[in-house]
Amino acid sequence: MDDNTQQRLRLPMRARVATTVGGAAATVSRLAGKGDGSVIGGIIGLRLAPDLLSLLAVGRQVVLVTGTNGKTTTTKLITAALAPLGGEIASNIYGANMEAGLTSALSRAPDARVAVLETDEKYIPAMIKATRPKVVVLLNLSRDQMDRAAEIWLLARRWREALEAAPGGRVVANADDPLVAWAASGAKEVTWVAAGQRWREDSWCCPHCGAHLQRAGDDWSCRECGLRRPPVTWTLHDNDVIDPTGRATPLDLALPGRANRSNAVIALAVAEAFGVHLTQALRELRTVTSVAGRYTQVNRRGCDIRLLLAKNPAGWLEALDVIAPPPAPILLSVNAQGPDGKDTSWLWDVDFRRLRGRHVLVGGERKLDLAVRLEADEVPFRLVNNIDEAIDAALTVARDLEVLANYTAFQQYRVALGRVQ
Amino acid sequence: MDRHGQQEMGNPARPLRLVWVYPDLLSTYGDRGNALVLERRARLRGLPVEIVEVNSDQPVPRDGDIYLMGGGEDLPQTLAARRLLADGGLPAAADNGAVVFAVCAGYQMLGTEFGGADGAPVRGLGLLDMRSGRGERRSVGEIVADVDPGLNVGKLTGFENHQGVTRLGPNARPLARTTLGTGNGDGTEGAYAGRVLGTYLHGPALVRNPGLADLLLHWAAGPLPPLPPQAEELASRLRGERLAAVASAG
Repeated sequence: MDDNTQQRLRLPMRARVATTVGGAAATVSRLAGKGDGSVIGGIIGLRLAPDLLSLLAVGRQVVLVTGTNGKTTTTKLITAALAPLGGEIASNIYGANMEAGLTSALSRAPDARVAVLETDEKYIPAMIKATRPKVVVLLNLSRDQMDRAAEIWLLARRWREALEAAPGGRVVANADDPLVAWAASGAKEVTWVAAGQRWREDSWCCPHCGAHLQRAGDDWSCRECGLRRPPVTWTLHDNDVIDPTGRATPLDLALPGRANRSNAVIALAVAEAFGVHLTQALRELRTVTSVAGRYTQVNRRGCDIRLLLAKNPAGWLEALDVIAPPPAPILLSVNAQGPDGKDTSWLWDVDFRRLRGRHVLVGGERKLDLAVRLEADEVPFRLVNNIDEAIDAALTVARDLEVLANYTAFQQYRVALGRVQ
Repeated sequence: MDRHGQQEMGNPARPLRLVWVYPDLLSTYGDRGNALVLERRARLRGLPVEIVEVNSDQPVPRDGDIYLMGGGEDLPQTLAARRLLADGGLPAAADNGAVVFAVCAGYQMLGTEFGGADGAPVRGLGLLDMRSGRGERRSVGEIVADVDPGLNVGKLTGFENHQGVTRLGPNARPLARTTLGTGNGDGTEGAYAGRVLGTYLHGPALVRNPGLADLLLHWAAGPLPPLPPQAEELASRLRGERLAAVASAG
């Protein structure tokens, strides 16, 4: 009998039943075409055994990944970077990142000794308690769907308190984000990564005392209380990762953009905590080409379409950096359903002026909100009602189309294009 | 004649100064939109505009024409109020007749007191006769309100996201009466007195309420010509779409 089988048998009977019933429900849900089933499976399992997640986490090395942006991608990158360990890795790759999603990810991979779990920002304190993680990854913290999400200063304080209370484990955190750094410094062991910070509108003031921060380049410090950017051991420098020995290695990722290079350096730091060497881990990171449909290229009617997802101002800022240069037309699309946040105010935090002179198309259920926003930034555009109209418009000037959409708008296009991965 | 009358007398060389107060502490959600809408509507009428962003470690200039204050979380709100009182620039400008427009947390700060992070009262700027405290539950969603007919501004349409309850004293008038949403919590929404005006509509409140933007510009710069219809078209469509959406949902 191997270790994994023994571990499974150590689960109490009610947990084994809960896992089995939950798994069956997930299968039914999948067969019925209602998504990947991870949420319903997890919910049913948890109803039968409320402590199912902590039971399932026993004996595993868990990584929790959280932050406002980049959770899904970083989870995928870490999972890839840990592949050299061999063996199965449990992960909620479909983005179901609350308790039910985490539970489902573990119950579907009973033999996995390692789990890399994307976790919603609000749930981090409870999930730390339940899973006793080996590593907690804190990426960034910025304004996001505040009609339903917690205020971010409050969120940072809850992270900090949860990490202070945690018995052990390591935190891998972005030292360049003052809110994240302040939250992470509650932990006993921290690997600090200079992962950069493109969006700064939520960190002009000290998270500890509220004074206006002194900022020069990526460095930051508070004159009032003395809080400052901690010394880092990993650094992202343009396309290079600088490892703890000080050596620079080109990242050369397949995924585009500064944000993904930042996520990759974090993944390398996590891999090191598992004893996976940089060169091995980096080889795996370079094989990642798309994440749940993001960055995917599809061709329709002779038009190369690339899909980018961004949900909030910080995400849009990074995504606009990634968009292909002219003459590629750009389709911007915004919805305001529950998962998007029902308030479109955030559009006014995004600087669209750099799109002046580009061929811009505007779609989505809240295209008028976006239109008024672009008008204020003096960016000409054309309204379209669906992806086909956008392709028609794109084909009049080019053979490609860059699509940037928020959550449900992105999913609608993904479905319209045939559920691309 | 005060400084603010000079625009009416015709001094086209002097740009309209929009002072955005403490974007480092008070710009939770799209608050820049109010500055951009005022700028656009002034420029379309040939009025030059200068936007001055004042961070919380800088003195607030006293010679602005319109002061804008945005929303913020509880702790930044308390810090901002403390600094603005110590600085004195904003109250001095308001006493001198400048226009003040504040949303959400900024609105609460205009009163004599508001509820801080732990619910304890915090001293406000005292520019409006009103007090705010913390209510039982958070109000999040679309808000629609009929504006005081004396202001000649159409219905307010916007989004609110706050847990505040505000009671006006005799020297402040309600800006509007809510038909959807919470506002001040007693059927009224927002407040104004003289050229100081605040609302619980958060973030870019002027985007869907161009009439309110024009009222502020009028207060600051005197009577304004109407905009050409094509310059109003998108904002009018958005406004119509949002009002229709909440009417059909309600």
